[in-house]
This record gives sequence, structure tokens and C-alpha cells, in this order.
Amino acid sequence: MSKLPYEVHSEPVTPLSVLSPEGEVVNEAYMPNLTDDQLKEIMYRMVFTRTWDERAVNLGRQGRLGFYAPVSGQEASMVGSEYALNKDDFVCPGYRDMPQIVWHGLPLYQAFLYSRGHQHGGQIPEGVHVLMPQIIIGAQILHATGVAMAFKKKGEKRVAITYTGDGGSSEGDFYEGLNFAGAFKLPVIYVVQNNGYAITTPFAKQTAAQSIAHKALAAGVRGVQVDGMDVLAVIKAVSEAAERGRNGEGATLIEMITYRFRPHSMADDTSKYRTKDEEGEWSVKDPITRFAKFLEKKGLWTDEDTARVKEEAKATVNEHIKKAEATDKMTVSGLIDSMFETTPAYLEAQKADFQ
Amino acid sequence: MAQMNMKEAIRDAMRVELKNDPNVIVFGEDVGKVGGVFRATEGLQGEFGEERVFDTPLAESAIAGMAVGMGLQGFRPVAEIQFVGFIYEALDQMFVQAARMRYRSGGRYNSPIVFRTPFGGGVKAAELHTDSLEGLAIQTPGIKVIVPSNPYDAKGLLVSAIRDNDPVFFMEHLNLYHAFRQDVPEEAYTVEIGKANIVREGADVTIIAYGLMVHTAMKAAEELEKNGVKAEVIDLRTLLPLDIETIVASIQKTNRAIVVQEAQKTSGAAAEIIAQINEYAILHLEAPVLRVTGPDTVYPYAQIEDSWLPNVDRIVKAANQVINF
Ligand SMILES: Cc1ncc(C[n+]2csc(CCOP(=O)(O)OP(=O)(O)O)c2C)c(N)n1
Ligand SMILES: [Mg+2]
Repeated sequence: MSKLPYEVHSEPVTPLSVLSPEGEVVNEAYMPNLTDDQLKEIMYRMVFTRTWDERAVNLGRQGRLGFYAPVSGQEASMVGSEYALNKDDFVCPGYRDMPQIVWHGLPLYQAFLYSRGHQHGGQIPEGVHVLMPQIIIGAQILHATGVAMAFKKKGEKRVAITYTGDGGSSEGDFYEGLNFAGAFKLPVIYVVQNNGYAITTPFAKQTAAQSIAHKALAAGVRGVQVDGMDVLAVIKAVSEAAERGRNGEGATLIEMITYRFRPHSMADDTSKYRTKDEEGEWSVKDPITRFAKFLEKKGLWTDEDTARVKEEAKATVNEHIKKAEATDKMTVSGLIDSMFETTPAYLEAQKADFQ
Repeated sequence: MAQMNMKEAIRDAMRVELKNDPNVIVFGEDVGKVGGVFRATEGLQGEFGEERVFDTPLAESAIAGMAVGMGLQGFRPVAEIQFVGFIYEALDQMFVQAARMRYRSGGRYNSPIVFRTPFGGGVKAAELHTDSLEGLAIQTPGIKVIVPSNPYDAKGLLVSAIRDNDPVFFMEHLNLYHAFRQDVPEEAYTVEIGKANIVREGADVTIIAYGLMVHTAMKAAEELEKNGVKAEVIDLRTLLPLDIETIVASIQKTNRAIVVQEAQKTSGAAAEIIAQINEYAILHLEAPVLRVTGPDTVYPYAQIEDSWLPNVDRIVKAANQVINF
């Protein structure tokens, strides 16, 4: 269908892949510049994250963890995007994005405490530049926008990165943040992990836009689409976006095409809204398998390495869940004291009801 | 009659009204195919089709604002906000645009909308899923506020709310969805908006509550009974308009009252109820009216929510305090 001159055009976009599902390099020009040790470290983190996810789901079933949003399937987009940052870049995660903030420096036992509903979970250590996962979908997008504005005003060469999902890209906060970033030319990266569903609602019902990346056009920021099951493509896209941010070239919206292998949360039944066939199609795109094939061909990784990392991850998870469980219980009076810098008299008096 | 839990009764209210009135329409996040995260709308899309029961994109302000627009065109939207904490995203549309439509158009337009949302604590949910935000709503002119405590009332009140020509904020305590079953008529019936219910009679002290706290108050009344104290328990059912007549009549008999709410202490429903008791019944009081509430903190993370929430002991203690004043 031909477009009239006074109609706005948008061209279809093809996601960036560096590797084929078989682990062959299909796009050498976009291969990120990484040493062998770095490649192995990325693999280590992805395998670790997968194992942690499996353990977390089990710990949830045993009642040892509370609220938890599974991440399997999204390791490339989560681990890869964080890996591409500097340690002093600031991360504003959505509720599923625990891996990014743990790899950015939040101690694992605090992630577990957060899940167990303990306030200390959110006491982010000095020098770790993250917020805790945001429950209100989209709110964190505006915080990242503000952090980026501050970096710009202070002349610091840092970027803010924020994450949401395909569902989150429908919220007003998403559009407002993007538009501010365009208007103020801010060093911020908006990652949308498009895993095809917002709880049960399929992407087809979420938007009529050609892609989420296209939403960048309306805001005048750069939009890109990436194969979110390909960790090298993710790293390439995020490094590039960070570089542009640091150079004063403004914001980037990155849509990562991915899939969550597990249910939305512990209380969700995927069979009610997606087919086994579809799940099967995506499981062959497993980001860990793909990257492992690539590394094996380069002689950098073996099945034994995977087994070793899994054992290490299990031991680490164990150690941290024990630490979380051994942490002193919260009290209502401690909670009362956490409301203001100094507890006002009326609130102090309310402690009496909870002795 | 059928035995239904509160969730099924709520679903049944929507079902009978979808049947009765072609203008009734149900939408929200995930409410269509799977019937919502609590399955409160399960089966409705199958029965009435996607035109009338459908999923929206993820955007609460748009859900509430679209309801306002559809209300202008003769529809009667039943819009679900998935969890109570997400009404903050929609507050302008709910509490300003819908609530002021009648006023701003001098009665030419109205907002015949029900905003349904689960709320309430005790289920170890994530942050912002379990707050009690009825206080914000009752301070808002132009929107009615309903909080049922059992399946029968829930269905009758929701049918009334759907038929009401003004906006209604309908709050469903998520700890009551599956708590117990009751006989509920299968046909449509209404429970009047703005009428409280005396769920237990007594002459010594009046305990005023709503939602889940009605049940905690009933347990406290049983405890009090063991010591010979006869408590009258009022289930408000509607917070706005408030049934002050029933409250005053009870206080004329008991001369003592306490108010129980899950919400924080300051400026909530309990504060308003006590203010009205002062206005209409002060000369009947033998003691100050006390509140049993959560403290004025953010609703806590799961680990301490059980100690934070009002419980039987605190209600009994407050009742004894007003009795021994
Ligand atoms: C403002 C707001 N509305 C609704 C919810 C409830 N909710 C939690 S997750 C979710 C779906 C999110 O989907 P998406 O953005 O695609 O992220 P994904 O779960 O796929 O990672 C919804 C509706 C919420 N947490 N916050
Ligand atoms: Mg999604």
C-alpha cells in the first residue's frame, strides 16, 4: 500500500542477532569486543542465574521465599544488559529484574530478604547504584529519567538504565518518560523485555504498534530491536546505547524479543493462555544453549563447566538463603521508626499498641 | 439458592447484570480469557463474548478514563483495577473525572461506573497489593464506596452498584474471596447502598467494622461474651454514604463504641465515623469512641503484616477500655 506524502511512515524493523540458534556467528560486524575471559564470565552469570531461578521457585514452594517473579528464558537480556554497563551506572528495575541488580552489586541474601518481606532487603549498600524492583509498573521509568537528568546536570559520564515489559510499555509513565528523555536529550536507556505476555494478555492485544521499538519514533529518541535470546546482540545494543548516552547523544529505547519459560509468578498457570507448541518453539531458542554452543566451538566451555557452575550457584544460593533466614525479624516499632528521619510524637505513641 | 464464596457471588452479580442489561460491559487487565488474576470474571467472556468482556492493555488511567468516556455514551462499565495499589495510577480518572462528571455538566452527564478492586491484607502479597485505600475514596466528593463482608451482600451490593447512576468504588477484601460459602440466590437481587447491617446484637458496646474486620470483630465479640460483655457488631457494608442512623441507634442503646479498620489510623473511615458520632450522638456516650487500626506506617512487607493488622486481642482490649472508662 503506498503512503501519501503527508502520512508518517514507519519501516518494519529486524531484530539484531549476532549468533544463530546453533551458535554460529551470523553478524560478525556487530560482534561486541570481548575477551575470552569476559565471554566465560557472561556464561557463568547466565548459568548461575538460571540455577538461582530454579532454586528460588523451589524455595518459594517450600515457603522459604515469598513473592518471586521467575526469570528463566530472559537471562541473555537481563545478564547481558547489566554486563554492558559501568558499575557507577544506575539501574531502575521492574519487578522481574532482580538479576540485573544483584549482578550490579546487591548482595544475594538481600534479594532473598526482599522476597521474604523483610525491610532490610531494600537497604541497598553504599556504592551499589540500583533501586529495588518496582512493583508499580512503569514508575521506575520516570525515576531513571530523573537520574539521567541529574547525571547530565552534574556533567557526569554515567547513564541510567530502566527495565519494563511489553505490558509496561502501555503505561502512561512509559510514554512520558520517553518523551522527557527526548526533549531533554538524556543519557538513559529504556529496555523493554518483550516476552510476549503481560501475565495472561498476549502482545497482540497490548498494542497495534509495529513494534515496541517503534514507540521511540514518537518521542524523538533512538529505538532499536534486539534478539533478546542472543546475549552478544544484547551486549552490543546496550554498549552502543550507553556510549551514545555518555557522549551526549541522548536516550535509546531497546526492545528485546524474549520469552519467559516459567509462569508469570508462583500463582500462574501458563496453560490457560499459551500453548505447549509455542513454549516448545521458544525453548529451542534458549539463550544459554545458544551461547554455550558458540563458546564450545571456540573451545571456551564444556558441559563440565556448566555442571560446575550449577553446583557453585546452588551452594551460593544455600548460603545466602540461610543468611536471610537468620536475619533478625522485623518489628512494628522498627517499622514505625523507619517512616521519618525522626519519629514524630504521635507516631511514637502508636508503638504502645504493638509491645 | 446456590452455595457461593464471595468471589463467585461477585462473578454472579456481573453475570446477572450482563444478562439483564446490554449496556453493562466488563473490562480490565487479564479479565477476559482467563477471568482475572483471582478468576473473579472467569467464564464471563465465554458466556457474553469478547465485545462485552475484554482484556485491556496494561494502563490503569486508560481503563478508568475509557470507562468515563463509555459512560457518557450510555454504557455501564464495570472496570477492574487488578490490585488496590494500582488505583494510584488511575486516581485522576476515578476521583476527579468520573466523580465530578455530574457536577461539571450540571447533571447533563454522569458516570454510571463501578470500579472494582481487590484490597486488604493478610495474604503475604507483594507491596501495594494489600493496602486499604477507602479513606482516600471517602474523602472524594462524588463517588460511593462499598466494602462487602460476605457473599450474599457482595452480590446484592454489586448489582446495586452496577445499576447506580453514579460512580462506585467497590472494594473486595481478597482474604474474603474464598473464606466461606453462603446461600446466594441465583437470580438478580439488590442490597441497598448506604444501609448498614447489625450482625450481632448486644447492649454493652457497639463495634463498628467493615470488610474482613467484621469477622475479626465477631470473634472479639465472642471473647467479650465469655466475660459477660454483650457487644453489638455493625457491618457498615457501605462507607459512603454512611448509615449514621444505624450507628446512632446502636449507641443510644450501648452508650459505648469502638471502630475497627485495617487501614492506618489517621484520617480514615474510622475518623469520619467518630466525627459523625460526635455530631449526632455525643450526649449518649459514656466514654470516648476508640479506634482499632493499623499504625500510621506504610502497609508493611509480608513478614510482619500479621502483627500489624488489627486482631481480636486489640479489639477486646479497646472494648474493655471503653467499658471500664
Ligand atoms: C501499575 C500496575 N498495574 C498492574 C500491575 C499488576 N501486574 C503485575 S505484572 C503485570 C504484567 C506485566 O507484564 P509485562 O510488562 O509484559 O512484564 P512481564 O511480567 O512479562 O515481565 C501486571 C498487570 C502492577 N504491578 N502495576
Ligand atoms: Mg511481558
